[in-house]
Amino acid sequence: MLDLTYDAPEPKVIAGAKHDWELVIGMEVHAQVSSKAKLFSGASTQFGAEPNSNVAFVDAAMPGMLPVINEFCVEQAVRTGLGLKAQIHLKSAFDRKNYFYPDLPQGYQISQLYEPIVGEGEILVDMEPGIARKVRIERIHLEQDAGKSIHDMDPNMSFVDLNRTGVALMEIVSRPDIRGPEEAAAYVVKLRQILRYLGTCDGNMQNGNLRADVNVSVCRPGAYEKYMETQDFSHLGTRCEIKNMNSMRFIQAAIDFEARRQIRILEEGGEIVQETRLYDPDKGETRSMRSKEEAHDYRYFPCPDLLPLELEQAWVDDIAAHLPELPDEKKARFMADYGLTEYDASVLTAETASAAFFEKAADGRDGKLAANWVINELFGRLRKDGDKDITESPVSPEQLGKVIDLIKSDTISGKIAKELFEIVYTEGGDPEEIVEARGMKQVTDTGAIEAALDEIIAANPAQVEKAKENPKLAGWFVGQVMKATGGKANPKAVNELVQKKLG
Amino acid sequence: MSIDKETAAKVAKLARIKVEDEDLPALASEFNAVLGFIEQLGEVDVTGVEPMVSVTPMRLKRREDVVTDGGQQEKVLSNAPDAREGFFAVPKVVE
Repeated sequence: MLDLTYDAPEPKVIAGAKHDWELVIGMEVHAQVSSKAKLFSGASTQFGAEPNSNVAFVDAAMPGMLPVINEFCVEQAVRTGLGLKAQIHLKSAFDRKNYFYPDLPQGYQISQLYEPIVGEGEILVDMEPGIARKVRIERIHLEQDAGKSIHDMDPNMSFVDLNRTGVALMEIVSRPDIRGPEEAAAYVVKLRQILRYLGTCDGNMQNGNLRADVNVSVCRPGAYEKYMETQDFSHLGTRCEIKNMNSMRFIQAAIDFEARRQIRILEEGGEIVQETRLYDPDKGETRSMRSKEEAHDYRYFPCPDLLPLELEQAWVDDIAAHLPELPDEKKARFMADYGLTEYDASVLTAETASAAFFEKAADGRDGKLAANWVINELFGRLRKDGDKDITESPVSPEQLGKVIDLIKSDTISGKIAKELFEIVYTEGGDPEEIVEARGMKQVTDTGAIEAALDEIIAANPAQVEKAKENPKLAGWFVGQVMKATGGKANPKAVNELVQKKLG
Repeated sequence: MSIDKETAAKVAKLARIKVEDEDLPALASEFNAVLGFIEQLGEVDVTGVEPMVSVTPMRLKRREDVVTDGGQQEKVLSNAPDAREGFFAVPKVVE
């Protein structure tokens, strides 16, 4: 295994009117657990169902109904913790977070404030080859999602759908180790990638299955280093929390706006008020959620309906033993085993499906060549084809592997290979048979190439004279031979012959 | 710990219970009586005693990840004061 070492990225510096400022960012990501049934009921988690059809009486908070925990959701949280190299707490407990909202029929959310299921871990956030930020994870806890309110179906009423009520969420809380808007987006990208590798959350941000709350503060250069030394938060500025963002672009824009807002206040001699803010993507600004402030007293207490959650170490060990290969390991292995650059390895391991495709196509072949074909030709073609996913590729890894074999054995030239790839992509078929049937084989027979070259030399005496004076013009003859042979002549053989005849 | 009128008003508001202004002093004094009783418990030395969460020696009951419930929109909505097109309809709440 290749042991990669990284340098930390430079923190983002924003120049204020008076002096420079740095950003300090912590994230709370809510990731919907991939499961069939809800955290405490047997209702389905299926997205897009008829409103209020995936609702058990527990979810609707009917009197007398009691929650019973879904063991698989617990397993998924543990798996996530292990994937983030975190401590697993063999004993955790559930608490009630009390607040009133129409999409929360219980009047409280069952969460884990005091004893979360997962403790400290870490995520390596890749910025560019050789540069990565290690972000510490503070905790992960299990909790219930709320329902969905729809405000635009009636002028005077809000409509409430409880299908999402009670679906299991993992709240993944980071330490304030993120130092700029780009790092914040890269953190979510990396976390999402790990969750998808683990199969614990599908990461679908559009459906709201992954959403982020971002805590932003600003400080003068040097202050953050003092915080890191002492872990004393008084070195940092007062933070504001921007709620519920489900797009990488919005996350970056919201942080940038919020940091500049805080800098302006501080430079004008004002003070930052710790509060919850909402990002408005239409106006590109954050604004205060005052209503949230009033109700901020959640009066947490242990949930009397649920005993503590106790896990066996052997059960946890068994999950650990069956963890899939994770992105960092896979990337290092691709670099070591296939000789790929870090960039290529990152691109190929972004999704498990593309990594698996590459490994099949590269099996027993030149890894670098295979990587080039997957990244440049296949990904490029899929993008042109309505941004298709690798799982929808009309070219199989076996077919692409054969194209690569034909290049490697000098049966076809690189140029012809691209034509062949296009045929396989649009028409399908066995690359070897296509090459055979359509006469695409490279001409390596020097006799045939020589005959073509002799003909061109005989027909162009003036060009021959010029080329003899200026050897750089020999390229023209190479081009003519390629044209005469329909691009099938082996370029190396043509070059050698032209050199010999004109040199 | 002493609960004043303002704290009593805040607790009532958080619980969404309407209490008339003139009833607040009585409510605050009731809170104080309850808290006073609980404070007595604080006199017991519980160093080294694990908090008891249940009187029965039971493990948290678990369920398999199988869909066994739902598909009862009509029943779920049957107690709602107002329901339309499969949704609960409530007075407009917009952030």
